[in-house]
Amino acid sequence: MALQTQGKPTREFRDVTAWDRLKVNKNWLGLWFMLPAAAFLILFLAYPLGLGIWLSFTDARLGRGGEFIGLENYDFLRDDPIFWLSVFNTLLYTSVASIIKFAIGLYLALLLNENLPFKAIIRAIVLIPFIVPTVLSAIAFWWLFDPQFSIISWSLKKMGLITANIDFLGDVWNARWSVIFANIWRGVPFVAITLLAGLQTVSPSLYEAATIDGATSWQRFRFITYPLLTPIIAVVMTFSVLFTFTDFQLIWVMTRGGPVNSTHLMATFSYQRAIMSGYLGEGAAISTAMIPFLLAAILVSWFGLQRRKWQQGGDND
Amino acid sequence: MNQFTRRGLVQGGTALGAAAALSGPALLDWAKAWAQSAPWKPEKGAKLSMLRWKYFVQSEDDAFVKLIDAFSKATGVPVEISRESYEDVQPKASVAANTGTGPDLFWGLYSLPHLFPQKCVDVTDVADYLGKKYGGWVDSAVKYGKSGNKWIGVPICYSGALMNYRLEASKKAGFSKFPDKTDAFLEYTKAMKAQGTPGGFALGHASGDANTWVHWCLWTHGGQTVDASDKVILNSPETAKALEYAKALYGNMIAGVASWNDASNNKAFLAREIHWTNNGISIYVAAQNSAKDVAEDMDHAYFPIGPAGKPTELHLMYPTLIMTYTKFPQASKALVAFMLEADNFNPWIQSAKGYLTHCLNAYDKNPVWTADPKTTPFRDVAKRSLTAGGLGSVGEKAATAIADFVVVDMFANYCTGREDVKGAIAVAERQLKRIYR
Repeated sequence: MALQTQGKPTREFRDVTAWDRLKVNKNWLGLWFMLPAAAFLILFLAYPLGLGIWLSFTDARLGRGGEFIGLENYDFLRDDPIFWLSVFNTLLYTSVASIIKFAIGLYLALLLNENLPFKAIIRAIVLIPFIVPTVLSAIAFWWLFDPQFSIISWSLKKMGLITANIDFLGDVWNARWSVIFANIWRGVPFVAITLLAGLQTVSPSLYEAATIDGATSWQRFRFITYPLLTPIIAVVMTFSVLFTFTDFQLIWVMTRGGPVNSTHLMATFSYQRAIMSGYLGEGAAISTAMIPFLLAAILVSWFGLQRRKWQQGGDND
Repeated sequence: MNQFTRRGLVQGGTALGAAAALSGPALLDWAKAWAQSAPWKPEKGAKLSMLRWKYFVQSEDDAFVKLIDAFSKATGVPVEISRESYEDVQPKASVAANTGTGPDLFWGLYSLPHLFPQKCVDVTDVADYLGKKYGGWVDSAVKYGKSGNKWIGVPICYSGALMNYRLEASKKAGFSKFPDKTDAFLEYTKAMKAQGTPGGFALGHASGDANTWVHWCLWTHGGQTVDASDKVILNSPETAKALEYAKALYGNMIAGVASWNDASNNKAFLAREIHWTNNGISIYVAAQNSAKDVAEDMDHAYFPIGPAGKPTELHLMYPTLIMTYTKFPQASKALVAFMLEADNFNPWIQSAKGYLTHCLNAYDKNPVWTADPKTTPFRDVAKRSLTAGGLGSVGEKAATAIADFVVVDMFANYCTGREDVKGAIAVAERQLKRIYR
């Protein structure tokens, strides 16, 4: 007060407010920088996922909203033999295809890591199945497996090995193995090339040291390559399992889930019920039922990646 | 035997068509006169948009565009046409009905207007006008078009699926005429297989081919999915008999039908691998272009008749409807009536080359049905067709049951030996009960 009476304006001192603190808070600024990304994720990932789960609790039909009906869709699916068949098919498809894709992919990666003539060209060729649009390769396989015009049946017949065409897609188990085969063909390059990238990060000096110590090639693989490759394997296999589990195009083009639903995966079955027949709620329930399986696959890889020791080639204790 | 070539057929068709059809300025004059006298006067400044199914043959679409042009010139009403694959018209129409905005007219598949009857403009006046003028509507068209006492859609045409068979092989098997009874047909398939010229029906998820033959088989043995009040009555001795019959047929079919989709039997027939199947006219049209010997040596026939004692075929119907949200109901009605007037409809249905069949009796006389006797059976598909859902209602539930392959899977389950009769029926019954609850 005394100062003011002298008529000399000076700066007023006041307490630091919460707003002042906030203005210089790095985290507050960070929040704003993060918002666009968050909005993106919420709008295009979280919202559709939430909507899908919500729809699974309603009796929505295509083109019109639905009423909340609780767990009725799930109740119906619980006693639906076709649903359980699709779960069985999906698990069979995913497990068999993923294991074989991993085995062949690893083998190819090791092979391509050697010094081969025309290395670059061979690596490019390996990628081809992955580059071709899925629908195109599916149509090609559909022709290869055609009951009347299969080139495989034709060749075997010409060689005198069989007398009648093989019913690739019309017989329950034949159809399952046929679509699994097509999926493996398509998925191997992804596994092979990614593992190859991993292999190239392994320092050659480790192999030199091991060779000097007299390690066999199996021992070099088992104690150097494999442990150092583990984190990549975890990532690749997670992706491979996710892609295979949610596969749609191959099945839809080749069999539409037939014969008699024996190749319906959960994804194709969900589409069949939701879009073809118009039971949006029930279709959403089928897709939602895929989430626990997918979460399990992600968790496995998450914990795999968290293990530092494991990544550095130590034991898992 | 007459030599049929595509060119010859087209020339014959045009010559005959020219007598009935108007074109160029003559069409415009006629259209103007029609617009003067028609009972529906388009609103001032009217503009229409229509979503239709995508054509099977280009010439059909060309004729359609010409017809729409004539309408626009005569009435001053511009019409915007958009096309969707025929399976996709329904979801779009449903959304439009729901949100109250979209094209004024939809032209889709059989039960479309029944999915939202309260959203369709009452077109009883149009249907009555056309029915009176052109010899009346066929029965199935009335059932598809009417909800209660009023018409909610105007049936435009059907696309038929009938028996396709090779002449010489059938003759060799002892059938100079295609069997018209189910017992004889079973004998026929047996004899055909025995001499190494088998045929086949699709048992995979083939929306058209599989659904048409399994419904024929179920109905002709007296089986029904639901009764007139939409109560599920699938579990019956008749259904079991139909399944047994289908299994006997299946034993005489070529291997692999369980994986067939809609294109499979076309491919196999054109490659001379199969000698009888069910299909629209597309095999014949394709054969005329690429396999003339097959075209000459094949013909079409009605489906055989079984214990039911009358035709029980299932053919696709294409109705058009006007949405209640349209600002121009009079213009819309005028357009629908205009499409079905003889001067427009005759050349249009002719341009479809037998893919499409009329449902107004007077058009039986169209030359497209007699220019080539092999297309004649398709003239009658509208008359012979039952409606989706059989005895039951023609609405959404019947459409869902067909789209979900309930009956197809029941037959496939039993024929391929995955389920016994009881099991196959039980699975289908459970699905139907949910659809019809």
